[in-house]
Amino acid sequence: MDPNIQHLYEMLSKAQGYIFPNELDLQWGILIVVYPYITGLVAGAFILASLERVFNVRVLKPTYHIALLTALSFLLVATLPLISHLSQPQRAYEIMITPHSSSAMAIFGFVYLWYLMVVLLLEIWFDYRESMVVWSKEKKGIMKWVYRILTLGLSDISHETVKWDKKLGYLITIIGIPSAFILHGYVGFIFGSIKANPWWSTPLMPIIFLFSAMVSGIALVMFIYMAISYFRKQPVELKVLDTIGRYLFFILILDFTLEGLDQIHRIYESDESFEIIKLLVSGKLYLTLFISQGLIGTIIPLITLAFLQFYKRAISFRKTLYLVVSILVLIGVYSMRWNVVIGGQLFSKSFSGFTSFKLGLIGLDGTLMAAFWLLLPVGILTFLLWLLPPWKMVKEKE
Amino acid sequence: MGNERVKSSRRKFLKSAATIAGSAIGFNLLGSSRYLVFAAEPKEEALPWYGIVIDIEKCIGCGKCAKSCKIENDVPQEPFFFRTWVEQYTVENNGSVDIISPNGGIDGFEQQVPDEEVFKSFFVPKMCNHCSKSPCTQVCPVGATFESPEGITLIDEKYCIGCRYCVQACPYGCRFIHPVKKVANKCTLCYHRLKKGLDPVCMEVCPTGARMYGNLRDKDSKIVKFLKEHTTQVLRPNLNTGSKLYYNALSMEVR
Amino acid sequence: MNFFIPPQLKRLALAFTIFISAFLIIRHFLVPETFGQYGFYRGASLGEIGQSPVKFAGQKACFECHQDIEDLKQMDVHSEIRCETCHGPGQKHSENGDTTLLENPVSRESCGMCHSKNVAKKKEAIFQINLKEHYIDKKCIDCHNHHQPWVMKE
Repeated sequence: MDPNIQHLYEMLSKAQGYIFPNELDLQWGILIVVYPYITGLVAGAFILASLERVFNVRVLKPTYHIALLTALSFLLVATLPLISHLSQPQRAYEIMITPHSSSAMAIFGFVYLWYLMVVLLLEIWFDYRESMVVWSKEKKGIMKWVYRILTLGLSDISHETVKWDKKLGYLITIIGIPSAFILHGYVGFIFGSIKANPWWSTPLMPIIFLFSAMVSGIALVMFIYMAISYFRKQPVELKVLDTIGRYLFFILILDFTLEGLDQIHRIYESDESFEIIKLLVSGKLYLTLFISQGLIGTIIPLITLAFLQFYKRAISFRKTLYLVVSILVLIGVYSMRWNVVIGGQLFSKSFSGFTSFKLGLIGLDGTLMAAFWLLLPVGILTFLLWLLPPWKMVKEKE
Repeated sequence: MGNERVKSSRRKFLKSAATIAGSAIGFNLLGSSRYLVFAAEPKEEALPWYGIVIDIEKCIGCGKCAKSCKIENDVPQEPFFFRTWVEQYTVENNGSVDIISPNGGIDGFEQQVPDEEVFKSFFVPKMCNHCSKSPCTQVCPVGATFESPEGITLIDEKYCIGCRYCVQACPYGCRFIHPVKKVANKCTLCYHRLKKGLDPVCMEVCPTGARMYGNLRDKDSKIVKFLKEHTTQVLRPNLNTGSKLYYNALSMEVR
Repeated sequence: MNFFIPPQLKRLALAFTIFISAFLIIRHFLVPETFGQYGFYRGASLGEIGQSPVKFAGQKACFECHQDIEDLKQMDVHSEIRCETCHGPGQKHSENGDTTLLENPVSRESCGMCHSKNVAKKKEAIFQINLKEHYIDKKCIDCHNHHQPWVMKE
């Protein structure tokens, strides 16, 4: 028997209550959990970088370039889990040539292109251009040509032109903030606009996605900053961590409030879908929602960050706490994506039953594939840090 | 002097590049896609606007509709893919509601609950509602699912990319991904038969005439007469899908 | 009016113009011809869907050869039931007359699909019988004429 069909018979035996006959198999699996996670990391890392640029938070300067390159590494990978989950991936280009304007998913192609090319690449280009020209003159052989191509053949680094680099970069950052909101907000809208699914359908969904994205992006930059400093054998500046930690703390509070509001509203209104959702949350989603997302991903980091805001402690202990907090938050936001995507498909639209989800290890929709998409950006980031090292850039003459 | 010449030729190049780009953009904007948010209004007056009526009082759960549909439309026989199916609702005296659909009703139904404990029981056939404001059409990112000029929601199997957004968006659970063709699939109201002047197969084989279809624009059609004389309802009216599948004697337990 | 455009912008404008033009040109060749003909979809798909082969012939095809059976059926309670409901898909049979291509439902179970007693079936909709008690050692068609069920055999 075809293994897919065999798998479906097993799932049939695990179905509870009544589900519509076509609802046995989940349509969106772990790859669709990974995709919003990745774009969330991009949006969050970018917002953190913008804090330094637009709001002049000088303390965050050491993380500025790291945040931008992290955003770029993850953005380059973002489409791949989507394309690999399509059952006709060779037709993926159709989204770019005939995007259906009433479909939130169709916007994806153009929002992604816009964000990649106009916002992220341009901001990095304006920022690195002067250094890339200098590197193209210093290096020999193939690297010389690589940098020349990256500068688009423009080698003007006169004072006037470099001033324009800064002005234009600033402008792009300003455009970039709402663009980042749209890049990830539309993913929330993809779920929030499905009136057929009461677990997804809420106007709060894009906002919840955005705030948890910011939380995950900030935590990621914190983690990567510590990791890079460790590998470069450079000291970690505590005031950088304290500032990032402060932003993380406040945005995590906002995120927790919004998600709590969504649930309180659902419980209070108690519409026809509430009974089955109550069973979902207290049953199949108990571990991933209350323990993983709630306790590990939100409550413990919040308490730790509050503690770190108000008390000064021994230096090495504080760094470890920040490291642990950033990992816990990253796990928590991943669980949030899991709870939304998988949770929304576990109960039937008949509101009378549940199906089951078994995560495989191998195969296009398995754990290993998801792990690959999550680790590939780390590889790309390593490459980018080698190609465009922030610590070797031309120093600003101040 | 040399610089002047270089500058003006660069300017000319940029101008011609901009002209080419501008006309390419304009050409494309004027060209292909007229897009629709909903196809709420039927287009040409000469074509029928199809609607469906299912009379729950007449359905006897024989399952012939579901069985024949699979044969006619090349849907795999395994119990996981259905363009149409039949559900049985049993409301017991203690108030609990049991819903079953074993193999979509294809093998018939065995009575599970003894007569004395049954408050009421009935069969509900389900199929694509061919919504006039269909959420599945709204969310398709590439225009692979659409409403035909006759009001039938169809899928372009050569264009579907298999993103499954439409399956998520349908409130009635009537879409699935075909395991062999690997694109979305669902009831087409046997469009290929309508074009040949034949009835959809589920309507052809229903022994009691519980399933009816017809032209909602034609005042003399059987379906319009039925709608006039009976009280009918659609599923999930609160979702405003413009469903054109009207149920007679639909009980409140049905989702 | 001569205002200064920084060299980076000029270079970027060129790069973007090339990219967008290339995109639009490629798009022009990729969009299917009939797309947008009737709406936001490929117009040719209507014809393609309409071409699917038919497996059930429909009653009229049966009448062309079997009008006599139809006349019999009209005289009894099975009058509204169409042939393929019991006999299965008949298109191939209507093309070459091969009777092995049709179903011949003679078992109690096949009659029972409609007639077996079930509390969910309305009495006005169908005549029901308890198949566990009614002449369990016989086939239904031993006594009942399948096209005229109340015209008993023997």
